[in-house]
Amino acid sequence: MKDVFLTLADYFSYSFIRYALVVGVLIALSSSLLGVILVLKRFSFIGDGLSHVAFGATAVASVAGLSNNMLVVLPVTVAAAVVLLRTGQSTKIKGDAAVAMISVGALAVGYLVMNTFSMSSNVSGDVCSTLFGSVAILTLSKLDVWLCVGMSAAVIIFFILFRNKIFAVTFDESFAATAGVGVKGFNLAVAVITAMIIVLAMNLVGSLLVSALVIFPALSSMRVFKTFKSVIISSALISVVCAALGILCSVLLSTPVGSTVVAVNILAFLAFFCIGFVMKRR
Amino acid sequence: MAQIVCSELTLGYEKKIISTGISFEVSAGDYLCIVGENGSGKTTLMKALLRLVPTMGGSIETSDGISHGDIGYLPQQTEAQKDFPASVEEVVLSGCIGRRGFLPIYTKADKIRAHNNMRRLGIDGLQKLPYRELSGGQQQRVLLARALCAADKLLLLDEPVSGLDPSAAAEMYKTIEELNRKDGITVIMISHDIGAALKYATHILHVGYTPKFFGTKEDYLKSGAYADSYRGEEKE
Ligand SMILES: Nc1ncnc2c1ncn2[C@@H]1O[C@H](COP(=O)(O)OP(=O)(O)O)[C@@H](O)[C@H]1O
Ligand SMILES: [Mg+2]
Repeated sequence: MKDVFLTLADYFSYSFIRYALVVGVLIALSSSLLGVILVLKRFSFIGDGLSHVAFGATAVASVAGLSNNMLVVLPVTVAAAVVLLRTGQSTKIKGDAAVAMISVGALAVGYLVMNTFSMSSNVSGDVCSTLFGSVAILTLSKLDVWLCVGMSAAVIIFFILFRNKIFAVTFDESFAATAGVGVKGFNLAVAVITAMIIVLAMNLVGSLLVSALVIFPALSSMRVFKTFKSVIISSALISVVCAALGILCSVLLSTPVGSTVVAVNILAFLAFFCIGFVMKRR
Repeated sequence: MAQIVCSELTLGYEKKIISTGISFEVSAGDYLCIVGENGSGKTTLMKALLRLVPTMGGSIETSDGISHGDIGYLPQQTEAQKDFPASVEEVVLSGCIGRRGFLPIYTKADKIRAHNNMRRLGIDGLQKLPYRELSGGQQQRVLLARALCAADKLLLLDEPVSGLDPSAAAEMYKTIEELNRKDGITVIMISHDIGAALKYATHILHVGYTPKFFGTKEDYLKSGAYADSYRGEEKE
């Protein structure tokens, strides 16, 4: 046991590991807050679709040899979020079919572009790390770290300032609209924030696993907690703890960060599922 | 004096017309029941009154001290609400959301208002309980309390008793009647239950039948719309 701590202390003398932990925890925190809204509004599929769009955009950006991928990926994903939200509400095209179309399309085009035009000698390695996150601990620039801190802070402030409106709109959109809440603007804000978080979280867990980071904490906490406030607070806590544990494990065991964090989230879900089951039986 | 006057309203989505030529008016203290078969546009009409959906023609005018914020709405329950994690108190308080503007918290006055409305509807012991574990009748009362927090001059109720067992439905009708008679709240209610509509309402609007009927309950009983739609049921 002492060895473990020594090894960890050793690792944490490197700044890039500290950065990774801070960024990972912040991403987990903001994506779990958002996840509560997406799960309750039955919007989880939008998160999933957007992560595929972000993959396509990343592929194109990296092949085009841009110095900072974010500058392309973020606007493209935000635009896709707005479009998906619109089509999701239209009755003409089935919302879920539209999302499936866009997301699978982006996945295919992304892979095609990477495979055809990439100068890299290790294309399948690149694809794999975009889909599942980097194999080793992520290396982040100072800019990336500050970007993450800024965006997470924005999400948390949004949640604190608008928590009552968030509740009113998620629980009952029609009622909130009659009471004078700007529902359209709110939904747009949620779409934009979703896109931002997905692009951020992709750095940590890769585009295929992003949805897990968004929905697992919310689903876990809803097994046990029954009021909105407690669900929000507990899913933030669950997510932060799982992310920190996952990152530490991946450092110690040299496993891929993304899938380790998701695996810890799955364990947490199972635990909460059992607790919820026992609570119901009593 | 009329609180709401609708004339020659046309309702529809995108380019598809659902219903045309709807005219009626509602005065303070009225109890209007909207009847008509499923899909005849009752919910759409209510949403149009609340300006949640655009109208395709005609006009809706509100007056007599009624403005946008004086209307309380009890929507049809959605599927998502059935397993929504929320306490009764959280739901009822959310009725005050329109009073707050940009203030991020509810004030003391909001909380008092919420508790008064819970007491008024007999759900004041339930405030800490999870909404999703209540009975159907209790859930409807919670939503009604929320509507009362938003406004207390005019209530728009979309099938407030659907899915309730007969005794819970009867109690709900009694509560709504009290709000109308004792507190003078104008009620517009959509109902499938023609018996209850005839028992409590002062006016009836029958949509989804040509010609549409609007008038007092007494006139409705003599009308063709009533005779054609419900003559069979009455004898049962
Ligand atoms: N958002 C919508 N977009 C398009 N059509 C709709 C929408 N909502 C309802 N409709 C259609 O409008 C018609 C009337 O619906 P509704 O007002 O809910 O009827 P009711 O409440 O009388 O049962 C139905 O045919 C329904 O399919
Ligand atoms: Mg209806």
